[in-house]
Amino acid sequence: MPVCKIRHIRLLAAVLAVPILVIVSLQTQAEYADVVLNRNSEKEGVRPVVYPHWFHRIRFQCRVCHTELGFEMRVGANKVTMEGIIDGKFCGACHDGETAWTVENCDLCHSGLPGMETGITGGHKTLGPGNW
Amino acid sequence: MSIVKNLITPAATVIAVFILLLFLVNKESHSADPNQFNRLMAPPSKRNPPPTEDGIHDGPGASMLQTPKSAFGTLPKSKSGNYIDWVKALDEKKIQPRYDRNDPEVQPIVMDLNIVHEVKGSMPNVVYPHKQHTEWLDCSNCHPAIFVPQKGANNITMASILLGEKCGVCHGKVAFPVSECRRCHSQKKKQSAGAKAAAK
Ligand code: HEC
Ligand code: HEC
Ligand code: HEC
Ligand code: HEC
Ligand code: HEC
Ligand code: HEC
Repeated sequence: MPVCKIRHIRLLAAVLAVPILVIVSLQTQAEYADVVLNRNSEKEGVRPVVYPHWFHRIRFQCRVCHTELGFEMRVGANKVTMEGIIDGKFCGACHDGETAWTVENCDLCHSGLPGMETGITGGHKTLGPGNW
Repeated sequence: MSIVKNLITPAATVIAVFILLLFLVNKESHSADPNQFNRLMAPPSKRNPPPTEDGIHDGPGASMLQTPKSAFGTLPKSKSGNYIDWVKALDEKKIQPRYDRNDPEVQPIVMDLNIVHEVKGSMPNVVYPHKQHTEWLDCSNCHPAIFVPQKGANNITMASILLGEKCGVCHGKVAFPVSECRRCHSQKKKQSAGAKAAAK
């Protein structure tokens, strides 16, 4: 019976976690200008990628990525792949062990909630119809 | 028999609790308090949430990421977007974003050229400053794809900006959002539209 109780509590906790997560995600908004990249990630069995603009713009001017490295300023327009990254393109131009940590840290980039679509988040401030 | 009982009781409780909670969540999200102070706007306490609570992160990496609040601590504040005034942060040298990927010494070639657009109606005129833009961007980020480099040749309107075109390619997505009217509409009109109308 004690074994059963523990299992019971664990199950309860798991079940409780789902709606709590839903509540939390309904009430908070992602940081402005975070980009979700999920063209292939989830299809290929990893979490979507979350790219934070705020973190990178403290360290680099826009032109570094959007001119020097050739990222088009349109979400989803760049055909970013892992092969390109390990060949030093896209994120891999910096995440190469020289400018920034290497690609072996999968979880730092593939840190998105499953199910999200490619796009820019943080959007506008209101939750209502003025959301552009 | 007792195995079946042992399985059924927890399963039934769990399902009951789940249904109850779903019901509660449903109520919670729609009518936690119909007269709550901020109905559509995210209240200040929810700004710059840590990755683990922002609703888009998941997995073991999320807790290792930096929280925006810890990075933004000493930076000058603004009223929307990242709630940071990136122009001031740069002017005050609170941040030193690199112009070159690897060489921290290279400086951008800043062009100080203001383009003033007279605006219909009562809104102040728009001053487009090349200075603040060329501190972050190359000419080719805007010319010629977004703007023909010729004053008045681009037919910019608020409607197109709100749809994510023209200035809206960046403002509302990465650069400060459209809600900060005064930062673009910064030049007082010589004669206000109201006065013009009254003179007629
Ligand atoms: C470290 C690299 C990096 C830096 C620095 C950077 N960006 Fe980006 N930006 C990206 C990536 C990656 C994307 C997503 C591209 C994709 O989805 O293919 C992106 C997308 C965008 C988009 C498209 C948004 C949309 O909804 O389509 C805009 C606009 C943009 N960036 C503007 C800026 C501005 C303005 C700055 C400087 C303040 C900046 N970026 C700095 C990497 C960068
Ligand atoms: C510097 C950030 C970064 C790191 C680190 C990283 N990835 Fe990726 N990965 C990306 C981006 C960006 C994409 C393209 C996202 C998309 O559109 O789906 C991607 C795509 C993928 C894909 C989809 C198919 C493909 O090959 O393009 C797989 C699978 C993947 N990554 C696995 C991994 C694994 C495994 C690791 C660790 C060894 C890893 N990634 C580390 C950024 C990263
Ligand atoms: C211009 C260089 C550059 C490019 C391009 C770049 N990064 Fe980074 N990134 C950095 C640097 C530098 C750091 C900080 C490294 C450190 O802390 O040691 C970083 C850190 C990060 C972090 C961790 C932020 C934190 O909270 O510590 C993530 C996540 C990340 N990058 C994702 C990406 C993804 C995804 C891409 C491609 C879409 C990308 N980066 C492209 C330079 C770059
Ligand atoms: C952020 C976008 C942006 C960047 C970056 C930018 N410009 Fe412009 N530029 C504009 C806009 C907007 C106008 C006004 C167009 C209009 O009035 O319709 C303009 C106008 C001009 C004009 C025409 C002035 C006139 O009086 O007719 C010239 C020349 C010009 N830009 C040169 C440059 C050069 C050189 C650079 C790089 C050093 C540059 N621009 C960078 C947005 C930009
Ligand atoms: C290619 C991206 C891009 C485009 C297009 C763009 N901007 Fe900007 N703008 C920026 C960035 C980046 C900043 C720096 C401040 C920030 O990120 O919040 C900025 C800053 C400004 C500032 C300075 C505010 C201050 O406090 O000094 C003004 C004004 C402005 N933009 C007006 C405009 C207008 C008007 C247009 C359209 C004619 C326009 N911008 C188009 C990226 C852009
Ligand atoms: C990113 C800069 C920017 C911001 C922020 C901005 N505007 Fe504008 N606005 C413009 C430009 C550029 C024009 C077009 C000027 C022209 O006619 O060439 C314009 C035009 C207008 C017009 C004239 C009608 C039209 O569509 O041409 C009105 C009214 C207006 N804006 C109101 C607002 C209000 C209200 C806000 C704040 C919610 C705001 N704007 C924020 C750049 C901005």
